[in-house]
Amino acid sequence: MRWVIAALFLAAALLTGVLVGPVDLGVLTVVQATFAHIVGLHSPLSGADDAILWQLRLPRVVLGALVGGTLAAAGAAYQGVFRNPLADPYLLGAAAGAGLGATLVVAFTSGSGDLLPPAAFIGASVAVVAAYVLGRSAGAAAGPAALVLAGVTVTSFFTAMQIFVQQQHVQTVQQIYSWLLGRLSTAGWHEVAIIAPYAAVSWLILLGHRRLLDVLAVGDDEAAALGVNVGRVRLLVVVAATIATAAAVAVSGLIAFVGIIVPHTIRLLVGGSYRLLLPLSVIVGAGFLVFADVIARTVMSPAELPIGVVTAFFGAPFFAVVLRTSRRTA
Amino acid sequence: MSALSLDSLSVTLGGARIVDRLAATVEPGEWVALIGPNGAGKTTALRAVAGLVGYDGAVAIFGDDAAALSRRQLARSLALVPQVPLIPGDISVREYVLLGRTPYLTYFGSERRADHDAVDVALEQLDLLSFQHRRLDTLSGGERQRATLARALAQDAPILLLDEPTAALDVGRQQQVLELVDSLRAQRGLTVLSTMHDLTLAGQYADRLLLLDGGRLVAAGSARDVLTRPLISEHYGAEVALVDTESGFVVVPVRGTIANGA
Repeated sequence: MRWVIAALFLAAALLTGVLVGPVDLGVLTVVQATFAHIVGLHSPLSGADDAILWQLRLPRVVLGALVGGTLAAAGAAYQGVFRNPLADPYLLGAAAGAGLGATLVVAFTSGSGDLLPPAAFIGASVAVVAAYVLGRSAGAAAGPAALVLAGVTVTSFFTAMQIFVQQQHVQTVQQIYSWLLGRLSTAGWHEVAIIAPYAAVSWLILLGHRRLLDVLAVGDDEAAALGVNVGRVRLLVVVAATIATAAAVAVSGLIAFVGIIVPHTIRLLVGGSYRLLLPLSVIVGAGFLVFADVIARTVMSPAELPIGVVTAFFGAPFFAVVLRTSRRTA
Repeated sequence: MSALSLDSLSVTLGGARIVDRLAATVEPGEWVALIGPNGAGKTTALRAVAGLVGYDGAVAIFGDDAAALSRRQLARSLALVPQVPLIPGDISVREYVLLGRTPYLTYFGSERRADHDAVDVALEQLDLLSFQHRRLDTLSGGERQRATLARALAQDAPILLLDEPTAALDVGRQQQVLELVDSLRAQRGLTVLSTMHDLTLAGQYADRLLLLDGGRLVAAGSARDVLTRPLISEHYGAEVALVDTESGFVVVPVRGTIANGA
């Protein structure tokens, strides 16, 4: 039942995503045309409409689903591996690292934003590796708290550097600012192709760990007494969550809140076992971000709201309602 | 062959010797209690046996050197119930007990029929079947303790390590839990090594007591041998009276010169 509801939510989001826009394409033709493209048949849509569907709306919807699913799964995994309900995919410095990478590119290279995604990806990865090495140097006995503190340290340091560079190149402020708020914009299938392999690998690894994340919930000591190599599980999960987060940040900027709100909403509705929580986070996170993007590009049309503003503005009150309702029933 | 055999077991933490050349054996089916004042090294000794802290010396489990066993093999031989288990409140009792099957599963593997059967047996033995779909944070302290014991039973390990199994329970729940452990020991042929705070309960339930002080074994034997006024006075700094009742030995604190700090 939970699966059916989650699947319907995602399907509704995807359909809304491709249908909403200045040009009316029609439900049936959209489904037929999409199917035709996938199996290689002739699309029933006219050339221009077909381009709107296949080159504009579908890539954007798919990108939103990939980014949303990735951020939600990474957030859930981080919360499990650090036993910290406030953990989000940016906990170990991924956001600050990506921000520095993007700022350096905008400040020191001219013209096109082609270098921005790889720079953000590298910045995020470097920051998380630095946090991990720093946290581990405190010794394994220090546990997850040392890693979280290392993440805070790295975040401050990278943010300081980013602000310094930005102050020296004031003309970059607007571009960096809009990037920091997150946006799903696509040029055909290019962005989807960038993130898809990372998302696929990371989802597989994270979902493979869903049972072990439950074991980690009883504490490092007890998990070790149950035969689990806690350090290895934590490292693998962090690596998987981080590469996917870095890829998501590279193509969509910093979209806040999805990694916290989606897993917690699911946790309140179906309980905290990662066996359900992780796969449902992927599905619901995907649907949530697609819906958020529909709002982002319609409420002020033809202008676009930054999607990070939408996820927080609509996500936070919704989460508050879920929190209140679950308190009452528990 | 002994179920557990500790040979000159020493643990040093932060430069301090917490457990000092502890030598002891626990025979199959036996219940042995580690007693001693706060800071005597009881819990650390138990954690060393479970492989959770590094140690010098040797621990043998049914004759096998514990240091040569993998983490998973160790977890199939020893089930640990910590003093204050970290309880993830938002999962169900059944999901929690299922974690006990971890040592039998491959890294990415999931549970099979046999694992669910073992969980059913553990839930039934601890009378938790009607609770199995409840969230852990809706249970009372005593019920949680039973859930943690069920998880340890689901581990199907021949040796049970209990760290202060009655620490947070009222006197009735204390008795219930210890009776339960004793009957499980009989049903499953388990060997039990536990730390115990309460000397009366330790004397009534354990076959043998090991008295630790400053990390060293200072006395070992039956309750009658170990729970003596001179030993308790020397190692606990307590003035007690010992009452011999028909159901066992009772240790009662009395107000006296030592308790006044004179």
